[in-house]
Amino acid sequence: MAAAGMKIMVGCKRVIDYAVKVRVRPDKTGVVTEGVKHSMNPFDEIAVEEAVRLREKKLAGELIAVSCGPKECGETLRTALAMGFDRAIHVEINDPKVYETLSPLHVSKIFAKLVEKEKPGLVILGKQAIDDDCNQTGQMLAGLLRWPQATFTSKLSVNGDSADITREVDGGLETIKVSLPAVVTADLRLNEPRYATLPNIMKAKKKPMDKVNPTELGVDLSPRVEILKVEEPPVREAGVKVDNVDELINRLKNEACVI
Amino acid sequence: MILKNLITVRAALNGRKHFANVIQRTSLSTISNRQQLDLLKLDYNGITDSVHDQLASIVGSENVSSSTAILEQHSHDESYHSPVLPDTVVFPGSTDEVSAVLRICNEQRLPVVPWGTGTGLEGGAIPSLGGVVMDLGKRMTTIRSINESDFDATVEPGVSRMRLNDELRATGLWFPMDPGADASVCGMAATSASGTNAVRYQTMKHNVLSLEVVLANGSILRTGGRSRKTSAGFDLTGLFVGSEGCLGAITAATIRLHPQPERAVAAFSAFPSIRNAVDAATAIMQCAIPVAKIEFMDEDMVDAVNRFSDLENSIKPTLFIEFHGSEVSTDDDLSRTADIVSEFGGADFTFAKDVEERSRLWKARHSALYACKTLRSGPNIRYIMTDVCVPISRLSECLTRTKEDILECGLPGPIVGHVGDGNFHVILLVDRSNSDEMDIATGVIDRMCHLAISMEGTCTGEHGIGIGKQKFLVHQLGASTVDAMRNLKSTFDPNHIMNPGKIFSFT
Repeated sequence: MAAAGMKIMVGCKRVIDYAVKVRVRPDKTGVVTEGVKHSMNPFDEIAVEEAVRLREKKLAGELIAVSCGPKECGETLRTALAMGFDRAIHVEINDPKVYETLSPLHVSKIFAKLVEKEKPGLVILGKQAIDDDCNQTGQMLAGLLRWPQATFTSKLSVNGDSADITREVDGGLETIKVSLPAVVTADLRLNEPRYATLPNIMKAKKKPMDKVNPTELGVDLSPRVEILKVEEPPVREAGVKVDNVDELINRLKNEACVI
Repeated sequence: MILKNLITVRAALNGRKHFANVIQRTSLSTISNRQQLDLLKLDYNGITDSVHDQLASIVGSENVSSSTAILEQHSHDESYHSPVLPDTVVFPGSTDEVSAVLRICNEQRLPVVPWGTGTGLEGGAIPSLGGVVMDLGKRMTTIRSINESDFDATVEPGVSRMRLNDELRATGLWFPMDPGADASVCGMAATSASGTNAVRYQTMKHNVLSLEVVLANGSILRTGGRSRKTSAGFDLTGLFVGSEGCLGAITAATIRLHPQPERAVAAFSAFPSIRNAVDAATAIMQCAIPVAKIEFMDEDMVDAVNRFSDLENSIKPTLFIEFHGSEVSTDDDLSRTADIVSEFGGADFTFAKDVEERSRLWKARHSALYACKTLRSGPNIRYIMTDVCVPISRLSECLTRTKEDILECGLPGPIVGHVGDGNFHVILLVDRSNSDEMDIATGVIDRMCHLAISMEGTCTGEHGIGIGKQKFLVHQLGASTVDAMRNLKSTFDPNHIMNPGKIFSFT
């Protein structure tokens, strides 16, 4: 039962769980994802939590979670629903080749189309995904929509048709004011996400999840990038003991090239 | 003292200097003739090349090590007991490997100590008599199953409690036992660990459904299933929980999970005296308010925590409480508790409903042990931590008398306690190089344990007996009870290779 009020849309990306030891596939075209634990991108969890808190403060109405990918993204969306969201939109991408080369530009175009349809007053995304670390989707989306953007947000307070935001920047903290609607990207210290409780997980199973085909949205998902090779970093080699100072200097000069 | 002399002679012959560093040993001076003969067959000399090769062929040569660093890492836990180097460390990767390793050690009469995370507080994992440390935590790291609909999970020894909870975070379930360290769940079963949530969620004793255990002769037992109740045969699960590696090695544990609380509210209040604080806690328990945590800190502990975590709590005996439940029930619990607190002179009653504030509050409590070091600094300063547990009606008296004793002894001794269970910890800060201080500290602990036992309590609420509390066991439980334990031990481990020198000796 959505209260009347500002609609918020949040992106939830399904990524390999942060605790997993990632391995490169033997054919060096990517990383192993089969049978590996996946979960919601941690920054997206923070975005979800922020939206739920805004609604608890009666500053928001309907909360919509969006995810782009194969059918397993449904689980990610159910987590958002269990944390308190009302509705989910699953943009189905079933072709693994398309999914593997899905990039922030594609995703931001998809979101732009959904925003046109749903007309939210605020879009909150995680600042970056922990698998690709791109940190681009929020910025590109704001550009496509020609909306104000507030990235690396560590504090958000909504006041009517504008929001006061504290951003974490290299030099410290920056406080800005943006008019709504706007795109906000969530940084680590914005909040501590709640755990989904069992009753809410049960309720989430019954909440609506719409499936959307990206071609319906008119978005071209052809790859803009070709992955040539994926490699693990070089294996750390054993240290070497040298016999005397001359040998040390020789090696530092000619092998390590540091003197 | 025959056996001790024998070991020293053999050690000298083999030139194994580290035996000279062993100070704590089982009291072997009055063992019976029959057992003496058994024990004399034990080879405490070290690992022969042939045994080393056999071990290597089971686990792989890269998983057997006697490098100095590895031996040192496995020579001590987080207790104050002196480190003892083992002869070798083995890293099995599966239950079958554990079984094969134990079979060899049993044949060769080598002492074996099962190792989880090495975070115990009573010396349980220290290889007091040398031998083999079997590090189960390094390679056996699988979460075998999580059954969300049945609220249970099965984990191997390398899975720590925080890692398990991390895996569970999206399921609506959690594992509430939270001893200070990020301990191995199987290790927690071995010591029957507890934590701040025991007052509501109980201890490992009540939360282990089944264990997979390997005995000294290599046989693999599964002590139960996943049903919430069972009446099938003797309760072997209960037997192995708290057995501190002396009956067998735990290679997997099936534990109960609990639903995440709908809402958690934290509260705290300062009191004019220790007695007021503890009486308030007792009253809260006796009114059957379903608290999830109820923790006590004396003024020294509050002082330490303030310094360490940058807080400004008033330096007085304080109670930290947490309520779990629905919005309605937690509000009700909170207001009823506020009434009791003010009745006992509690002031500055503060509560925190949001996650960040609650986390900050509890982080302060959880780092209490590390915070204590701010009370006394120096290169030789170590903490000696101990715990006792008494019936709740005796807690106030036990705690106040212990505090008086500590104040008299002159050493810093902050107290932190799970008062809802009648359990409290004393952390004495001692200069290790000063044997007088060590004696004073030992005196305080001895008197505290005797006091608790005289109140029909226990000399160890949650840490286990390990090395240092063996002297209290007979006094607490009686000679015939401890004899029954010895008989059980001899049945499960006839060659006495499993963690010898812990819990009790053969007197």
